[in-house]
Amino acid sequence: MRKVLIAATIAFAAMGAAAQADGTLDKIKSSGIITQGVRESSGLAYTLGNGVYTGYHYDVCQNIIADIKKKLGVEKLDIRYQPVTSQNRVPLVQNGTVDLECGSTTNNKARGRDVDFATTVYIEEIKIAVKANSNIGKLEDLNGKTIATTTGTTSVQTLRKNKRGKDLKFSEVFGKDHADSFLLLQSGRADAFVMDASILAANIARAQNPKDYKILPEVLAVEPIAIMIRKNDPEFKKAVDESIAAQIKTGTIAKLYDKWFMQPIPPNNVTLNMPASDATKEAWANPNDKPTEDYKQPGE
Amino acid sequence: MTYWQDIWDRWQFLWDDRGDGVTYWQWMFSAWGYTVAVAAVSLVVALAIGCLVGTLRTVSQHRVVSALATGWVELFRNIPVLVQLFLWFFVISEIVPGMRGVPSFVLACCALGFFTSARIAEQVRAGIQALPRGQRQAALAMGFTQLQAYRYVILPQTFRIIIPPLTSEAMNIVKNSSVAFAVSIPELISFAMQTQEETSRGIEVYLAATVLYIITALAISWFMSILEKRARVPGLSSQGQGAH
Repeated sequence: MRKVLIAATIAFAAMGAAAQADGTLDKIKSSGIITQGVRESSGLAYTLGNGVYTGYHYDVCQNIIADIKKKLGVEKLDIRYQPVTSQNRVPLVQNGTVDLECGSTTNNKARGRDVDFATTVYIEEIKIAVKANSNIGKLEDLNGKTIATTTGTTSVQTLRKNKRGKDLKFSEVFGKDHADSFLLLQSGRADAFVMDASILAANIARAQNPKDYKILPEVLAVEPIAIMIRKNDPEFKKAVDESIAAQIKTGTIAKLYDKWFMQPIPPNNVTLNMPASDATKEAWANPNDKPTEDYKQPGE
Repeated sequence: MTYWQDIWDRWQFLWDDRGDGVTYWQWMFSAWGYTVAVAAVSLVVALAIGCLVGTLRTVSQHRVVSALATGWVELFRNIPVLVQLFLWFFVISEIVPGMRGVPSFVLACCALGFFTSARIAEQVRAGIQALPRGQRQAALAMGFTQLQAYRYVILPQTFRIIIPPLTSEAMNIVKNSSVAFAVSIPELISFAMQTQEETSRGIEVYLAATVLYIITALAISWFMSILEKRARVPGLSSQGQGAH
């Protein structure tokens, strides 16, 4: 037992040593390599297999990298792709393994202690999906019912807050991933699936009978999803933000949004059919990097 | 002392409210409770079925009985435990009427218990077969029935022999209980995955979960070693090398 305690002490003592290297731009220039963090399966970035990655945020990052290359005036810039998970994405950005994390990370204050976020180009809305033939029309109708959501997501917190704030009584089941949570709804073990609207739309689009499900219009919470970069590197952040500002200005972002949310997308050529929300349009009109906590939440 | 201050700060999240009046450390101990509960109930199921099936496998007079017992062992040890869990949760509960309402806790304990019962059955069988054949023959020659021979001669020795592998199984079941996360039981892994997402304190959360798993497994190991000492019969052949 004592040995275990010693081992544990050493392990968490080692965590104090968070090294700070030179600026990311200098590193990219001298090494000729930029590392882009990608996701295997996430709403805004996913893989097509064989090391090929794609998605809305992936495309935004490709444009950012092209702009950085131009800015640095280097002839050749290799892009390395580092798959990240929701567990390791923050540490990998912190320790400099990943320069630009282009997944679907919510910008919040807790993460803001460890990393910086680029300008937001997508605002996620937390919504409720139910069976089309159910008579559930809003959150209050779920009183006494069972709600599915996915472990490791902010939706779990959103549900808790609603439970306490609105004095609702419902039981929660946690799927181990989104497909699992959707299966809970499909098999009737849960009456609703509460999650990011883009994830709900994607799961419904891929279902055998997409018409069997509907997404309720009620928005439970809004969250800015943003590209993650190393903390305290103002030069790099400026370069990334300038690129995003230019992409918004020239309409590239709106075009990318249309490509990923309104048109058929790989690998199954399903269409999410999710027009840009007012919140997302607002973010494009007034570019900012505010964390979730600074957004006005529905019902507040 | 900024270094230690930093470490202290990193653990502060445990006292934070997770959003509904429950703090993270309260949640962690409730999750630990689920881990222990799943493991304990599964272990009871596994021991009961495992001892029965393992014993039946050695009954040579009744071919059908020992074949059924063999079938049980092969069925449950040849399918990965996670697959078994999903079979119970998504397949069997869909096919068998009335199973829909069975709580996932019960299903998880069945899946984990049956899986482990196959392994325990093999250990019981090995333990019985490790005894000299003369033991059984002598018992029968004394006029014991088959049942009495098992009850008074064979099984008491068997259980003493198999305490070490049973200890491993009991520790395994604690570790395997993490699969219960996949059928939405709020145990330690589920707590760890959710909390590290909410607090961005992945290293600390997994470290805490690791320590709780180690404590649980060490407690079992400690308990079983006491049991082994208490149950020891001086001079019994299988424990000849034991200290006196």
